[in-house]
Amino acid sequence: MPGRGHRKEITIVAFRLTKRDMNINTGHKNILRQKYRILQTVSRDLPEMRFYRTFILFSKTYFMKRRDFIFKGLGAGVLAGSSLTLGGFSRLMGNPSAPQDGDYDLVAVKGTDPPAMFDEGINSLGGMSKFVKPGQSVVIKPNIGWDAVPERAANTNPELIGRIVKRCYEAGAKSVSVFDNTCDEWKKCYANSGIEEEVTKAGGSIVPGNSESYYRDVDVPEGKSLTETKVHSLILDSDVFINVPVLKNHSSAKLTIAMKNLMGVVWDRRWWHQNDLHQCIADYTTFRKPDLNIIDAYRVMKRNGPRGVSVEDVITLDSLIISADIVAADAAATKIFGLEPEDIPYIAIADEMGIGSMDLSSLNINRIKMG
Amino acid sequence: MGFSVLKHARVVISLVFFLLMTFLFIDFTNTFSAKLIQGILYLQFVPSLVYFLKIASLATAGFIFILLFTFLFGRVYCSSICPLGTFQDIVIWLKRKLGRTKRFKKQRDFPWIKYGMLALTAGFLAFGLISPLLLLDPYSNYGRIAANLFRPVYLLLNNLGTNGLESMDIYTLYRVEPGVTHWLSVAFSLSVFILVGWLAIRYGRLFCNTLCPVGTLLGLVSRFSIFRISLDKALCTSCGSCSAVCKAGCIDVEEKEVDFSRCVGCFNCLTSCPSSGVLYSHKRKNTEGIVEEFDPFRRNLIAGGVLTIAALSPLTLSAQGWHGQGRGRGPKKIIREFPVSPPGSSGHEHFQSSCTACHLCVSACPTHVIKPSLLEYGLAGFMQPRLDYHANYCNFDCVICTEVCPTGALRPLNIDEKHVLQLGKVVFVKRNCIVHTEGTDCGACSEHCPTKAVNMRPYKGKLFLPVVNPDICVGCGACEYACPTDPKSIYVEGNPTHLTADKPIIEALEQPDTDEDFPF
Repeated sequence: MPGRGHRKEITIVAFRLTKRDMNINTGHKNILRQKYRILQTVSRDLPEMRFYRTFILFSKTYFMKRRDFIFKGLGAGVLAGSSLTLGGFSRLMGNPSAPQDGDYDLVAVKGTDPPAMFDEGINSLGGMSKFVKPGQSVVIKPNIGWDAVPERAANTNPELIGRIVKRCYEAGAKSVSVFDNTCDEWKKCYANSGIEEEVTKAGGSIVPGNSESYYRDVDVPEGKSLTETKVHSLILDSDVFINVPVLKNHSSAKLTIAMKNLMGVVWDRRWWHQNDLHQCIADYTTFRKPDLNIIDAYRVMKRNGPRGVSVEDVITLDSLIISADIVAADAAATKIFGLEPEDIPYIAIADEMGIGSMDLSSLNINRIKMG
Repeated sequence: MGFSVLKHARVVISLVFFLLMTFLFIDFTNTFSAKLIQGILYLQFVPSLVYFLKIASLATAGFIFILLFTFLFGRVYCSSICPLGTFQDIVIWLKRKLGRTKRFKKQRDFPWIKYGMLALTAGFLAFGLISPLLLLDPYSNYGRIAANLFRPVYLLLNNLGTNGLESMDIYTLYRVEPGVTHWLSVAFSLSVFILVGWLAIRYGRLFCNTLCPVGTLLGLVSRFSIFRISLDKALCTSCGSCSAVCKAGCIDVEEKEVDFSRCVGCFNCLTSCPSSGVLYSHKRKNTEGIVEEFDPFRRNLIAGGVLTIAALSPLTLSAQGWHGQGRGRGPKKIIREFPVSPPGSSGHEHFQSSCTACHLCVSACPTHVIKPSLLEYGLAGFMQPRLDYHANYCNFDCVICTEVCPTGALRPLNIDEKHVLQLGKVVFVKRNCIVHTEGTDCGACSEHCPTKAVNMRPYKGKLFLPVVNPDICVGCGACEYACPTDPKSIYVEGNPTHLTADKPIIEALEQPDTDEDFPF
C-alpha cells in the first residue's frame, strides 16, 4: 500500500475535467489538460497508483450507479466496476490490434446475400468461436440511427445483424444484446429498420439506448480532445463488443463507417461536434476498440447521408468487410466507396495516433468473391 | 326498484370513460389507434362542438347526441362521460372512504356567475376566440391534469419498473424521460386540480354549477328534460336523506323541490329515500302544480354579454411582433417571430380558434416535441401547443398528432401531405456556427435534415459550412435540435400559415459495375 505521500496526487488524479471546465476558455482548458496528462504519465509508472486509479474509478462507478447496485447486488457491481477499469487498463497497456500470426488482418467479401457473405468471411477468420467464447456476453452495435426502411440503407442490413446474433449464440454466447443511441425516435428506428424483428427472431435482446441513465461516465486517458465521455453500460459490461456499421456518405464526417458508428455508444454527441468532431471520433477509439468490426457495404448511401432523402441515394456495392483493426476496416471501406482514406480526416488522425493502420498494402488481406 | 341499476350503470360507464381517457393522456406508447381515440372522445362536448362549428358532419356531431340525451334524461353527461365530473366524484368517494362522511347541504344557485361564464365563453367564441373555453372546458382541464400531473407519476413508475426488470436483463419496458413542460402550464393544471378537488370536498359539484360552461348549457336544456328527478310531495317526509347525498346540492327538502337544471344526474338520491319519495319519471307527473317563478335567466344572459365585450380587448394582446435584429460581435440571440404550430393546424388563425389545449397531442407525440406554449401565440393562446425544437424535432414520417386531435385544431394529414408540409423555414446564423467560430467541422444540422434543405458546402480550407435552401425546408426542426451551439446557429422561423414545400430535386445515380475487383 502506498504511504501518505501519495494521497495528494491521488486526489488530483481523481479530479476530472468536467464539461463545464472545458467550456470556460481555451487557455484554462489547456492548463487542465496538461496537468491531467502529467499525472496520468506519472501514475501509470507506479503500480500503487494503478491500484488507486482502479479504486477511484470503482468508487465513481459505485456512486454514479448506486441504484443499479441495489438491484444487481453488490457482488455483481464490484465485478462490473473492476472489469471496466482493469479491462480499460490492460487495453491501454497492450497492443490491442496486433493480429495473430498466420491469420488474416482483414477479409473483404463480394456477394449478393449479406448473411451468406458474413458466414464466408468469418469462416476464413477461423469462425465466430475465435471471437466469442462459451459463456461470454456479447454486445452488437449496428447503425440504427434513422427511422428508415432497409432499402434506404440508412441503417445496417437487418438480415446481417440477425445472422451475427445467431452465430454468436452458436459459439456459446451467454447473451447477445443489440442497441444504438439513435438520432430519430428510437422505437421507430428499431422497428422500421427491421433490426428489432431480426434480433428477436435470432433470440437476441434488443436494448434501449434512449435514456441518459443507461450511460456511465468514463475517462478517455489517451484522448486529445475527448478526455471523458458517457458510454452505454452494455459496452462497459459486455465481454465481447462487435461493431456492425453500414457504409454511408456523411455530411459532417464525409463518411460514416466503423469509427464513426461508435458515436452511437455515447450519450453526449453534441459535445463531440463542438470540440473538433474528427479528433473526438479518433479519440474515442482509444477507449474501447470493438473486438470485431463488420462493415455492411452491400447497399450504400452514396449521397445525402447519413439520413438520406430517398432510395435514389442508394447504390449496391455488394461488399462486406470484417476486421479487428478498426482503422484498416474503415480504410478498406473508404476505398470501396471510391475515396481515399487520407481524405477522411478522422481516419488519418487515427492512423497517426497509432490506433490502427490505414495502409492496406501492409496488411494480410483475404479477398473473397462469391459466385 | 330499478333505481339502483341506474346508479350502478352510471358508476360503471363513468369509470370506463374516465380510465380510458386517463390512459390516453398518460400513455407514451401510442397503444390505441387514432380511430379508437376518436371513438372514445366522440361524445366529449366541447371538442365536438368546436369541431362542428368548423366542419359540420356526423363525425363531429357528438355534442348533438349529448344535447338530445340531456333533453331526454337530464345532465347524465356530467356524471358519466365528463372526465372532470368523474374526477370530482372520485375525490368525493375518497373523502368518504377516509371516513370524513359529511352530509351535503343544499347549495344556493349562482346565476350571475354561471350565466356570466357561459355568456363569456359563447361571446368570445362568436368572435372566434377560444380563450375562455380553453380555460374552462372540463374535458381539456382534465386532459391537462392527466398530462401534466398524472403522466409524470406514471413515467416515474414505469422507469422504476424498468430498473427492476433490467436488473434481471429483461428489456420489455423502457425508460422515458418526460422532458420539460413549461412550469406555468403545470402550475395552471395544479391550480385547477386543487381548486376543483377542494370544491368537490367542500361543496360537492359546485364547479359544475358555477364555472363550467358545459354544465350551465346542459342545465338550460335539462330545464325541459322529459325524464326528471322530483320529490313526491305526498310521500316525502322532508327527512333530508336525499339532499344529504346530493353532490349538486339542488334538492330543497323543505319546499320538496328539485332544481333539475343543477342536477348532475348521479342518481344517488334515487336509492336514498326511506319512503320511496324521490322520483325519476316523466315530466311533472306526481307533483303538484308548478308555480312559475321569476326567471332571471334572460337578464343574466344580457349582463353576461356586456361583460364579454368589456373583457374582449385586453385578452387579444399579443406578445408577438418583436424581432431580434442587430449585428456585431459575439453570438446572436435567436428570437423567433412566430412559433411553429403543430402539423395539421394549417396556420395560427385556424389553430388558435380551434385548440382547447387539452394536451392530447402533447401526450401522443412520440418525440415529445409538442409542448404547451407560454406567450408565443400571445396571451389568448396560453397553453396551446407549439413545437419546441429544444426538446426534440418533428419526425418526418409521423402524423400521429393530426390523427388524435378531437377538436379539429389539427386535421388529419396523410404521409405524402406531411412530406411537403412546411411548418416553418430554416434560418442559418453563420455568426454562431462552430465551423465559423472554431474552425472545425460540425454539420450536425445537415446530418439530421430529411430533405437536405441544409447541405454542406466547401468553406475555408478543408472545412464545410451549412448552406440552406428554405424552399425545400419542411420546418421539422431537426437541424435546430441537433445544433450544438448555444445560442443556436440554425433555427426554424414558424410559418403563420403553413405552406407547401418544394420537393427536393433527385438526380439519378449511376450504379457501378459490382463485378470489378476490390480497389485494394
